[in-house]
Amino acid sequence: MTSLRNWRAPALSMVVFLLMIGIWHALTLPKAAPPAADSEYAALVGAAAASGQKSAFPSPADVGAKIWQHLQEPFYDRGPNDKGIGIQLAFSIARVLTGYLLAALVAIPVGFLIGMSPTVYRALDPYIQVLKPISPLAWMPLALFTLKDSSISAIFVIFICSLWPMLINTAFGVASVRKEWLNVARTLEVGPLRTAFRVILPAAAPTIMTGMRISIGIAWLVIVAAEMLVGGTGIGYFVWNEWNNLSITNILTAILAIGLVGMLLDLLLARLTRLVTFPE
Amino acid sequence: MSEPLIRVEGIAKKFTGRDGTSTTVFENLYFGIEPGEFVCLIGHSGCGKTTILNVLSGLEQASSGYVFVGGREVSGPSLDRAVIFQSHALMPWLTVMGNISFAVSSRWPEWSDAKVREHAQKYIDLVNLTGSEKKRPAELSGGMKQRVGIARALSIQPKMLLMDEPFSALDALTRGVLQEEVLRICAETRQTVFMITHDVDEAILLADKIILMTNGPQAKIAEVVVNTMPRSRTRHDLHKHPHYYRIRNHLIDFLVDRSKLFAAVSAEFDPRHPPLVSPGLDPAEATVLDPSRPQGGGVTPLAAVR
Repeated sequence: MTSLRNWRAPALSMVVFLLMIGIWHALTLPKAAPPAADSEYAALVGAAAASGQKSAFPSPADVGAKIWQHLQEPFYDRGPNDKGIGIQLAFSIARVLTGYLLAALVAIPVGFLIGMSPTVYRALDPYIQVLKPISPLAWMPLALFTLKDSSISAIFVIFICSLWPMLINTAFGVASVRKEWLNVARTLEVGPLRTAFRVILPAAAPTIMTGMRISIGIAWLVIVAAEMLVGGTGIGYFVWNEWNNLSITNILTAILAIGLVGMLLDLLLARLTRLVTFPE
Repeated sequence: MSEPLIRVEGIAKKFTGRDGTSTTVFENLYFGIEPGEFVCLIGHSGCGKTTILNVLSGLEQASSGYVFVGGREVSGPSLDRAVIFQSHALMPWLTVMGNISFAVSSRWPEWSDAKVREHAQKYIDLVNLTGSEKKRPAELSGGMKQRVGIARALSIQPKMLLMDEPFSALDALTRGVLQEEVLRICAETRQTVFMITHDVDEAILLADKIILMTNGPQAKIAEVVVNTMPRSRTRHDLHKHPHYYRIRNHLIDFLVDRSKLFAAVSAEFDPRHPPLVSPGLDPAEATVLDPSRPQGGGVTPLAAVR
């Protein structure tokens, strides 16, 4: 009985998937042949054009074939405008991770400081409140102008957008460490550094990790837009390039790949969060 | 008369409200605790019991007055005074062993890991938690958590143990078992203990001296009750001792009636030497023992009383 119940959700998922593919397939079916295809006209424009209009939007089978083609050779490199989708994703992931880790290196120590000191918190709060809502892409021209390198600018944009959730969550996590744990450390005459690493850090770790999880999600959202602007490499550039090629199948493939990688990044962070989470 | 381990001289705690009015929670507290003595503090909520304990531990500062430990003034928390918190305050991300090792390695930072673990194990065994070393606090019952708290406090071998209603969050059965354990451990280690409670029976079972606080605000020490029952008492034969009901009635009378009325009759009351009474003795001999000791916060050594 329970095993049956366990299969219900996956079965429903499958049904939804098939339904969506079915609708998609139905909508992209070749239209019925035009009733009066003049034979001379057909001879002029070619048989294919005359005998029914193929939809401009690719059918599921087209996309499936494209995905299969990409999977067979994900890492090919035939010049700057023709690279495998795997290479493009690798470029994007590398940029995201670089910007993200740099942001963590800044946000976690600064968040610690803000969380530990109400004075620092009040002093820096106005800046955080003003800087936080700025769209990361708004920094792009400034980054391009000052850094003079499109790839570094993309990393900078990732850095700036991952910074705030990590900073705010770290500060909040550190500030809300239970007083009694700090009191235990005080009665044991534990020094400030040891308290920070042995008491505050593990106590705030779940909150910090939640911030990091939010950040990686935002960073992955932003990288696509950033790469569309800076160009050259990356999955965002790939999407834009295929738009210029009018290859909807490639765009759909890339969209699917972006979603899957985003999910994997989130899963990874969720795993890490579970590692540091403690039951109360 | 020997110098007490802890001497409290005229501590007071005042809070200033938002409208600028100042409230005195307690004031003019004088008492002392001898080495090896078990002292309980009883009073209604709001008389600042926890604040007194925090002042003794150094976690909080009194608004005025001094606390001396071994002749030196308390300026902050110290490894000499271990605290057992009401909410056990275990770190949930550490195992039982981890929690106790954290305390041990804070006390002796130069010790090797093996030595720290060996020392911690000794105290895990002492509180009968052998076999639960690798469990995390979330996997333990309330009573077991508090055992870990006790082991952690004892493991640093403090001069003094401060307990803030340690058993109040436990069910009656667990509480009884843990009280006996504390009694046994204190007898074994000759630990000096200051404990806050609102459980009269707990105080009679554990304490050598029971400090009675009047109701706040402006709470004071009304009197110090000497527990005249033999120290080798257990929960089973406690109530059979002739002193038991006299002490118990005295405490309950105080908590029910006199703690409220006390403020009115305190004209001739000397806060430096609160009366030392032993209601457990025969009514004929149950006089105020010696309210005017020359120094030491009006504390008569237990040996003299027994």
